[in-house]
Amino acid sequence: MPGHLETQTAFRAALNSRDLPPGITAVGDLDRRFSVYRNTVAHTLSDALAQRFPAVQRIVGKAFFRQTARIFVADNPPRSPVLQDYGTEFPAFLADFPPAASLPYLADVALIEMARGQAYHAADAEPLSPAAVMSRIGAAPDTAQVTLHPSVRMVSSPHAAVSIWRMNQPGAAATPPPPGPETALIFRRDDASVVLPIPPDIARTVTQMQSGTPLGALGHVADADTVGTAFSTLLQNRLIVGLCHI
Amino acid sequence: MTQLPDTVGIGFKRSHYDALRTTPNRLGFIEVHAENYMGDGGPPHAQLDALRRDYALSVHGVGLSIGGAGPLDTDHLARLKRVCDRYDPESFSEHLAWSSHNDAFLNDLLPLPYDDQTLATVCDHIDRLQDVIGRRMLLENPSTYVTFESSTLAETDFLHAIVGRTGCGLLLDVNNVFVSCTNHRADPRAYLADFPLAAVGEIHLGGHDAEDLPSGPLLIDSHGAAVADPVWTLYAETVAMTGPRPTLIEWDNDVPDLPVLLAEADRAATILDGVRHARAS
Repeated sequence: MPGHLETQTAFRAALNSRDLPPGITAVGDLDRRFSVYRNTVAHTLSDALAQRFPAVQRIVGKAFFRQTARIFVADNPPRSPVLQDYGTEFPAFLADFPPAASLPYLADVALIEMARGQAYHAADAEPLSPAAVMSRIGAAPDTAQVTLHPSVRMVSSPHAAVSIWRMNQPGAAATPPPPGPETALIFRRDDASVVLPIPPDIARTVTQMQSGTPLGALGHVADADTVGTAFSTLLQNRLIVGLCHI
Repeated sequence: MTQLPDTVGIGFKRSHYDALRTTPNRLGFIEVHAENYMGDGGPPHAQLDALRRDYALSVHGVGLSIGGAGPLDTDHLARLKRVCDRYDPESFSEHLAWSSHNDAFLNDLLPLPYDDQTLATVCDHIDRLQDVIGRRMLLENPSTYVTFESSTLAETDFLHAIVGRTGCGLLLDVNNVFVSCTNHRADPRAYLADFPLAAVGEIHLGGHDAEDLPSGPLLIDSHGAAVADPVWTLYAETVAMTGPRPTLIEWDNDVPDLPVLLAEADRAATILDGVRHARAS
């Protein structure tokens, strides 16, 4: 008699094949009854992807999305039961998926959707008020190092991925996108994720700040105006949660 | 058995948050899936923190794979502990099923043979889980579509043995009883007569889909419809035997507006009231 592990291994293999596992039984129509399991496994994971990447689904259509998801799920099953994290490899998969090659921006739209999901579930942190930020900077802006809200993400695309993502929101007008490239600052405000288009040089500056570069050292990557604009964008959106001097 | 009140609750869906906050509280408790509260922060936790102040809470895990042949996922055990520590729920429950294999999560509640080997594995897993989360759990009976030729124990005997060995309680899903017994041409009343009813700490009621096959009906546990009439009847018969028990209306797919769920909850509450009156007189 096969052991528990052998039984499960055979059952698992049959979920992805046309064959039935050995040793199962039913009152009849065994194939149809076993296929309840096959269908649930196949559909619920595709549904989880569709929930996380709704704009991608809208762009390619439901049927194409489902086919794509089926292929992705078979090779990249979730490694954890926390499905809000599932699909991290999906943007890279789309970038190399030949049937989607005519949509070069698709993977970047998926990156925006992934960042939105991550921002939504990121840790909570109380932002500093603009007055508190200015008082902590004091007379020594050069040594000031900011801590950004844990939800802050950046997506840069050589295409107009941000406009295309926006056009594919429910109720959005289908206006032709501008030529790329585009960059977005993505974060959580109140109970929703926000996608804010920003110029690429501002994005680079914010990335430097996020990695701990003090304000005085940002001159290596941006001019004073750019640093000022980046700083005020973060301040206006209440994305600075800590500030110290190094 | 559980600290949930012997009244009726509903599975909390995020789309109902605003309606739930503005509806006078006539529910005994809410239930959430543990896996939906494993992020670091954001609206899910903020909402549950707020609801927790008004409602008793049941945390229901859907991904630990207690019936899996391999060892439990220690990362997932730690996540479950974190959810239990944070929300201190009145009840924690999981399933008699497996859902992961070789590190892949399959997102379904898959069946296992019932024999001495699987019994030992499931009991080890329950012992480990109860140790980690520091509380007693309830184990839910599954909906099944096939059985195993190698099974040597009836599902109810398997559950009796688990309760005896681990001290866990049971979550009796009456819809699952009806679905499985119909699929396997068994008598749900005979199943319930053999079920360890004294260990039942919570009851689930959900909807199912039906399909006619040449071999007989195929019922599928869909959690996407109202509770079926024969399931209501079985429920009334069950609580007549057990006395009032915490009862959950479970509706996870094609979720209707809150009033539809509350109407189902009222129907269950009326049945529980009837049992209370019958026992008092």
